[in-house]
Amino acid sequence: MIRMQNVQKAFGDNRVLRGLDLHIPKATSMVIIGGSGTGKSVALKTVLGLITPDSGTILVDGKPADKGDRDAFLAKFGMLFQGGALFDSLPVWQNVAFRLLRGTLKRPVEEAREIAIEKLRRVGLKSEVADRFPAELSGGMQKRVGLARAIAAEPEIIFFDEPTTGLDPIMSGVINDLIREIVVEMGATAMTITHDMSSVRAIADNVAMLHDGVIQWTGPVADMDASGDPYLDQFIHGRAEGPIEAVR
Amino acid sequence: MSPIALLAQLGRAVLTALAALGRLSLFAADTLSHMLRPPFYPREFFASLLNIGWLSLPVVGLTAIFTGGALALQIYSGGARFNAEAVVPQIVAIGIVRELGPVLVGLMIAARVTSSIAAEIATMKVTEQIDALVTLSTHPMKYLVAPRVAAALITVPLLVAVGDIIGIAGGYTVATQNLGFNAAAYIKNTVDFLELKDVVSSLVKGCAFGGIAATMGCYYGIQSGRGAQGVGAATKSSVEAAAILILAANFVLTGIFFSL
Repeated sequence: MIRMQNVQKAFGDNRVLRGLDLHIPKATSMVIIGGSGTGKSVALKTVLGLITPDSGTILVDGKPADKGDRDAFLAKFGMLFQGGALFDSLPVWQNVAFRLLRGTLKRPVEEAREIAIEKLRRVGLKSEVADRFPAELSGGMQKRVGLARAIAAEPEIIFFDEPTTGLDPIMSGVINDLIREIVVEMGATAMTITHDMSSVRAIADNVAMLHDGVIQWTGPVADMDASGDPYLDQFIHGRAEGPIEAVR
Repeated sequence: MSPIALLAQLGRAVLTALAALGRLSLFAADTLSHMLRPPFYPREFFASLLNIGWLSLPVVGLTAIFTGGALALQIYSGGARFNAEAVVPQIVAIGIVRELGPVLVGLMIAARVTSSIAAEIATMKVTEQIDALVTLSTHPMKYLVAPRVAAALITVPLLVAVGDIIGIAGGYTVATQNLGFNAAAYIKNTVDFLELKDVVSSLVKGCAFGGIAATMGCYYGIQSGRGAQGVGAATKSSVEAAAILILAANFVLTGIFFSL
């Protein structure tokens, strides 16, 4: 479904991606782990075209991501941003139904509102939340609204950027369970970036570890603990000693 | 410093300035192109009309009335030096309509609207809302920039017209209440003296200044750096650039209208 081949990206002298190779099969959940500043978000944004790679190939459904009808391409995706990225000026329901109120997926306002309320219920929020503004919600509620927005148009591919950052352990568990349920229920292909190991175990079918701009290890989540890879071992056990420098 | 090094430094500064001008010109051309091509976002356009036009009326009105009043006092006391106190209505009218009305409205819009547009868009960039727009198949130039610039192009000339009227009314009030002018004669002198060209130049300047103010706010907002410092820098730079460009455009437009 998504294939990245030898993707490279530098910002000035900082070579963030140094030949990234990654394959995410259809209807599977891939979690990319790695330390802060290793290029996880950059990798994700190159697929969406938010950042243009310097070289390499990105294929989605066998077609190059940077060619063809951009609207049709983006219509396949839903994304949950790290901070929610909800539009402050719009009430919650219009945030959720944003895609359904304009463009090629436009529906009548009443229908869009109904879908938004249904998606809010799906992520555990009551319909009363629909008319509030994002600033009136807690961090956990904002994440749920972001999740509802990501799934509102029933995309084939969903990206989750640090879905549990800034949440307490209980709310993190709720969000992890929701992501897993929704991905399975929708049969969507998911790509999540995180450094929260509880998220990895709850969400992933497959795991890829990004280090030094390349995929250091990739495989099924069940193989992660017995990988024998010193980088992965250090990361998942949170050890200060090991091949990954603690101070970068 | 050697002359060659000095020359190199000067060259770098000129190249940087030209590159900035080029980026700004491309941004303005891109904005114009998005304003003319669908999809259009009427809700955002009408919200911008309200914010830029209607909500700027108090600040424009207050600026204009005080300026008109002060101008009447200055012309009266200055004119008294060569027995020309009677020209207060004519000079207030021409000063407000040709020059002070559009420039002061433009600068107030730069202070009020450019800063708020730049801060809003920069904050959206910092909080990934602009990335979110893209992933939701919505072009930020169409959704954020085009409606704001279009609204400014329409509303600022109207604000200038209102500012001109209120400014003249300020002068009228001071002249008739404090300086002993006859009310009917003041109005007649004002109306008789103003030409169509004066009013047209005022409105054209308003349109140009509105376009500059909104475009600068959007440009610096979209180009903003990261974090609170990035938002602050974008806001400050947008207001500085808008104010300077408005004054420069005023000079050019005045030259075009009144030296021909």
